[in-house]
Amino acid sequence: MLPHGDDEEKWLAEGIAGIQHNAFYMHRALDSNDLKDALRYSVQMLSELRTSLLSPHKYYELYMRAFDELRKMEMFFREETARGTISVIELYELVQHAGNILPRLYLLCTVGSVYIKSKEAPAKDVLKDLVEMCRGIQHPVRGLFLRSYLCQISRDKLPDIGSEYEGDADTVNHAIEFVIQNFTEMNKLWVRMHHQGPTREKDKREKERSQLRDLVGKNLHVLSQIEGVDLDIYKETVLPRVLEQVVNCKDELAQHYLMDCIIQVFPDEYHLQTLETLLGAFPQLQPTVDIKTVLSQLMDRLSNYAASSIEVLPEFLQVEAFSKLSNAIGKVVIEAQVDMPVVGAITLYVSLLTFTLRVHPDRLDYVDQVLGACVKKLSGRAKLEDSRATKQIVALLSAPLEKYNDIGTALKLPNYPRVMDHLDNGTNKVMAVVIIQSIMKNTTCISTADKVEALFELIKGLIRDMDETQDDEIDEEDFKEEQNSVARLIHMLHNDDPEEMLKILCTVRKHIILGGPKRLPFTVPPLVFSALKLVRHIQGQDGDVIGEEISATPKKIFQILHQTIEALLSVPSPELALRLYLQCAEAANDCDLEPVAYEFFTQAFILYEEEVADSKAQVTAIHLIIGTLQRMNVFGVENRDTLTHKATGYSAKLLKKPDQCRAVYACSHLFWVDEQDGIKDGERVLLCLKRALRIANAAQQMANVTRGSSGPVVLFIEILNKYLYFFEKGNPQVTSSVLQGLIELIKTEMQTDGSSDPSADAFFASTLRYIQFQKQKGGAMGEKYDPIKI
Amino acid sequence: MVLVLAIGDLHIPHRAPDLPAKFKQMLVPGKIQHILCVGNLCIEDVHDYLKSLCPDLHFARGEYDEDARYPERKTHDWSIQAWALPWPSVPWSDLDSLAMFQRQLDVDILVTGHTSQFKAYKHEGGVVINPGSATGAHSSITYDANPRFVLLDIDDLRVWVYIYELIDGQVKVDKIATTLPAH
Repeated sequence: MLPHGDDEEKWLAEGIAGIQHNAFYMHRALDSNDLKDALRYSVQMLSELRTSLLSPHKYYELYMRAFDELRKMEMFFREETARGTISVIELYELVQHAGNILPRLYLLCTVGSVYIKSKEAPAKDVLKDLVEMCRGIQHPVRGLFLRSYLCQISRDKLPDIGSEYEGDADTVNHAIEFVIQNFTEMNKLWVRMHHQGPTREKDKREKERSQLRDLVGKNLHVLSQIEGVDLDIYKETVLPRVLEQVVNCKDELAQHYLMDCIIQVFPDEYHLQTLETLLGAFPQLQPTVDIKTVLSQLMDRLSNYAASSIEVLPEFLQVEAFSKLSNAIGKVVIEAQVDMPVVGAITLYVSLLTFTLRVHPDRLDYVDQVLGACVKKLSGRAKLEDSRATKQIVALLSAPLEKYNDIGTALKLPNYPRVMDHLDNGTNKVMAVVIIQSIMKNTTCISTADKVEALFELIKGLIRDMDETQDDEIDEEDFKEEQNSVARLIHMLHNDDPEEMLKILCTVRKHIILGGPKRLPFTVPPLVFSALKLVRHIQGQDGDVIGEEISATPKKIFQILHQTIEALLSVPSPELALRLYLQCAEAANDCDLEPVAYEFFTQAFILYEEEVADSKAQVTAIHLIIGTLQRMNVFGVENRDTLTHKATGYSAKLLKKPDQCRAVYACSHLFWVDEQDGIKDGERVLLCLKRALRIANAAQQMANVTRGSSGPVVLFIEILNKYLYFFEKGNPQVTSSVLQGLIELIKTEMQTDGSSDPSADAFFASTLRYIQFQKQKGGAMGEKYDPIKI
Repeated sequence: MVLVLAIGDLHIPHRAPDLPAKFKQMLVPGKIQHILCVGNLCIEDVHDYLKSLCPDLHFARGEYDEDARYPERKTHDWSIQAWALPWPSVPWSDLDSLAMFQRQLDVDILVTGHTSQFKAYKHEGGVVINPGSATGAHSSITYDANPRFVLLDIDDLRVWVYIYELIDGQVKVDKIATTLPAH
């Protein structure tokens, strides 16, 4: 029957008062050397411990008070027996006359301690007597505390090797026997608590039981401290006896705690050498015991042991630690505890994997074996949805990545992708990102098409939609991050051999092309640029490679590029595609492939005509086209003419007049390339500039009519600067009189202008300054500029 | 003393996976007062990273930048005016053509991008800088660009231009000093 909170406090207070009261008189008797009285009061004092009213927690407080008093009693006993007032044997007899058994036994133990110290009898005999006498108390709480007292006072008096109480040849066995017996009895009492009392209070009872566990565990601690217990004795005697008790008690709480205790208390090398015995106990435990935690503890300890020094590693191999652990887990997971939730099994495998990576990092077959066992456990079930379990699997899969810092190793494990297959889509993607991050962090370069294939299979959750049903809950930001990491990954795939590199690019293309319109804008550009890099690389190698079987030619790569960029039209991403076509055109230009370059320009123009509708986008696009076209030197006259004609035509058709003007004067550069063999068609340049002027004029007039203000004077100044550019480059059509005329025109415009534009003024001023500067230069340039008056 | 970082043409993730590790080690937050970025980052991630180095980030948009909110030119007024221009007029590598912009903008320091071709020179009393590509990204205009960025140390009218270049795994620093004309 378990007591109530407030009442308990009252009873405890009463008990403590009782102890203090009797202790006072006991001390008075001790001071007057009145043994009989002292004993009488001590018995009364100890009777307080006979209570059944207190919970273990409160009983402990009471016990500690009594304990303190008993220490003083012991000191008195020692002095008395030393003095010779009474022999220790007589004392031993005397205290047994106490009326009630509990005080009697406490006193007996106390005297026993003095007895052993006096060495008038072998320690083993006294201890044996005491441990058996304590059987008299079968009440769990009282019995546990009594035996705990016995344990406490006997710890330093065991007949251990090298101790002053050492006995004959068998001495260590006697010490062990004593401790184990005490342990066994304490465990029995402890387990009995579980069955006492009404079922409805079971949980409360278990909680209180839990508070007492260290009392039982202390015995194991004592065992571990016995010097005489070496590996052999541990193996032959100690461990089997302890395990026997653990298994036979059939109590969940006790089994869990004690297995854990054994593992904590005894040294790791002992565990290693007794691995089979230890592991053999696990399947025999109650099915509800949380084995995975204990096993994980064991494996973690062994892992740390392995990490502590290299010399220890051969031991692991010698005892075949890995196979034993692996088998034990298999037995537990598959046979003994079939109902263990998946998360438990996976946690075990995570611990085993950590162990394997620490102890046998070079044994990839072991690592694969662990993953394989995991796959087996997961197969036959639906995809995992328990978030704790999936977290554990991510930990499982991340461990080899962190250990080896090289995705190549993980790719060699056949069971690795199989584990990933059992993840739900969300976690699969999380794992894929972990893999990519590992690659990026270690700047690993993946260098064969086969590895790339394996890698992209692993991360397929990111590359394409896995189910038919679109995942509507994808967060925009997350999706972007995922795809950007795939994009970055593409740059980590590289091989210096062009043939292999081409294979890699084709493999990547094969995968990303299935990504769908949402993914292509992210994944296509890096692939395109990677391919362009390859083209440049091949160009650089030109002449060194001889052979007919080469498939890695720029032409072939451009074909692939063409098809790849085309895919962007399904997104649709016309502006991106346009830019990429222009990049390819430049690359084709550098390879001297005129038809290919022309084709790319054609595609760019088609996109411009049909898909780029936004006027701002058109301005950017046309400038890009003009800029790229200006750099082309591979085109023959006809092709070049067609393209420039198109470019100028579109420039003039832009929506806003200032945009038209600027695009048209930009086109002037299409007819003048400032290189040795460059085209230098002065007339067409002038035509462009004049057209630009006309447009600028029109813009002025329009502004007058519609807004009543002046138009963009700055356009004229920009055009003037262009004239200056060509003037300096030596275009014969641009003469100093032409320039003079234009300068006068601008001056007039700016004077008649009602509102002035300060930036235009500044621009004009700096232009004039420049002309002055050039005039003052002297030499050929000065001569050129001389006729111009400002 | 004002430190300005001029950086651009990173092309992450289209053409490069990330800034070189050595650069990342050097660029620590808190040391730089302003950043002038001449575009082509290309993604928000990189923009956030630059912002973490220095909150005063001026960003001019290049043709591959995904965020259309940003302008194509950016100006600031400190003691010295500078403009970031992501892609100057045609022809792209032509210095004289670029000079027109300088005159139009009437600035002392002109920072441009797009070509990934490093340039730093004095022109008509001002300075023109193209900080190249910070990741050494592939460019149709420049072959074999080494990763590069530029740090400007502006002290009233004196400007020191520090050029950081990653050559074969080592960071080399070069310096140009100039004095701007007073206005």
